[in-house]
Amino acid sequence: MTPNNLIVGFVPLLDCATLVVAVEKGFTAQEGLEVTLVRETSWANIRDRMMVGHFDAAQMLGPMAVACSLGVGQLTIPVVVPISLGLGGNAITASNTLWEQMKEQGAHLNADPITQGQALQKVVQQRANRQQLQLTFGMVYPFSCHNYELRYWLASSGIDPDRDVQLIVIPPLLLVDALRHGQIDGFCVGEPWNSLAVEAGVGTIVNATNEIWRLSPEKVLGCRAEWAKQHPQQVAGMIRAIYRAAQWCDDVENHAALATILAKPRYIGAPVEILQRALSCKLRLALGTAPMHIPEFFVMNRQLANFPWASHALWFYSQMVRWKQCEYSAKLLEVARATYRADLYRNALMLIDESIPMTDYKTERAVAGRYVVNEKNSALTLSPEGFFDSRVFEPTDVEGYIKSFG
Amino acid sequence: MSDSLRILIVDQNVTRAAVLEDGLREAGHRDVVVVRDMQNLLKRIVDTEPDVIFIDLENPNRDVLEQMFQVSRTVQRPIAMFVDKSDVGMTEAAVNAGVSAYVVDGLKKERIHSILELTISRFKVFNQLRSELDKTKQQLEERKLVDRAKGILMKERGLNEEQAYALLRKAAMNENLKLSQVAQSVITAAKLFK
Repeated sequence: MTPNNLIVGFVPLLDCATLVVAVEKGFTAQEGLEVTLVRETSWANIRDRMMVGHFDAAQMLGPMAVACSLGVGQLTIPVVVPISLGLGGNAITASNTLWEQMKEQGAHLNADPITQGQALQKVVQQRANRQQLQLTFGMVYPFSCHNYELRYWLASSGIDPDRDVQLIVIPPLLLVDALRHGQIDGFCVGEPWNSLAVEAGVGTIVNATNEIWRLSPEKVLGCRAEWAKQHPQQVAGMIRAIYRAAQWCDDVENHAALATILAKPRYIGAPVEILQRALSCKLRLALGTAPMHIPEFFVMNRQLANFPWASHALWFYSQMVRWKQCEYSAKLLEVARATYRADLYRNALMLIDESIPMTDYKTERAVAGRYVVNEKNSALTLSPEGFFDSRVFEPTDVEGYIKSFG
Repeated sequence: MSDSLRILIVDQNVTRAAVLEDGLREAGHRDVVVVRDMQNLLKRIVDTEPDVIFIDLENPNRDVLEQMFQVSRTVQRPIAMFVDKSDVGMTEAAVNAGVSAYVVDGLKKERIHSILELTISRFKVFNQLRSELDKTKQQLEERKLVDRAKGILMKERGLNEEQAYALLRKAAMNENLKLSQVAQSVITAAKLFK
């Protein structure tokens, strides 16, 4: 084993795409790196193998990387995030029974999250009045965007995610079956699992989560901090390889080839056409309907998708405090912020990515055509971002933001 | 108070669970419960009230289990064994062997150390058994392929068994391939000529 031999863990989800392509299309080899990808079945395994040093780096949920560094609910594993693997790709799916009940309360296919949330709130209220069992929703990990997006939407709709419904963790692999058998009434997960539930005739997609938080973060490359410190060349090589892979992945011309690669059993092992549909930002919301185009549903490179915004790490921390997973302190805030390393990204991609922002932070607000100034001092226009309820996240005032939720 | 700890094994692999259970019982731990049904995992844990839980790393339900511990008010909070920095060696051994452990908070480390060591060694034994079994299976498969390829050569080229085998070996050596790979090519080619 030389320092250029890397072992990298991944989980069979659509957003392992950039990592898989970095290896399959030779972008890592171009950097002189020999990367072995190891498929894992649980996030706990990714975490533990990172800790004992089996993995130098791994595909991680953004909040999970922050939780590792903070040592929330586990042993502290200092992790750094030098690049993001993409944005979005998640959706919320309801069982057929729940969807029928929501429709009676005003929900309809492809409606905005406010309409759907109001309908769900009425269903929840009605069940409470009739003393029926609480609804149960599945998500994949306590420290995940799925958990926080689902909670954000529920809370904004007047549903207390801890009191009015039950949230449980179920691995993606088992979600569709859990929905079929009535173990859960809905779930929030990345593709292809929402589409697979629709195709199996057991669920309806309520909303893509990028309608809840536009251009929302998702998976990242997490590296053991110690390893990253000792291997700056290798980290830079991985950043460049993933960035080039992400460019390749975002090109519509390559989507068919990409879907074929990902469909292999050693990667995701799902049907090619379903993978390709999600890659091209399309979702079939219900069985028997035509696939809908969801703008910027899953973004792998454009919209600065690979930039590790420190403000994302801060938002995750704000939600950990909001949902009582950890305490608020200036010290922990700093640890969370320092997990995301825009400096490593800039150093590695200075000559390649012309759109690198000068700042590590962005305010999340619902404004179209916002500008970000990059190092060449030209302005970049991003698509609308921010949250569906128009609440603004100002990364300079995380404490105030947390308090604003009451 | 009884000194015996209640141990819960969560494993869908029947053989491996049996290997571990036997080992623990031999070592004098009588209070061992094995769970295979993942549907009612929480209920089983609540009913069992274990001091130590073992779950294999291949099980995707690890994430489920961890969240249950975090939110459940009914379960005495078991925590991942990997909470003590001084025990990184043990942790590494466990991960290498393919098992993870959750231990009820507050339990003295010395009390679970031997159980943990035993579990790790049993997992290793099982891994070895499995890899030997895999190897045997593979060898059998390879022999079947070679036999079929020999049969084809004997029929198509009028060779006897020894000559057919020699031909396959020679081809394998020349092409720098495994005997079974050459055999597979012969079988595939024969299908094409049908």
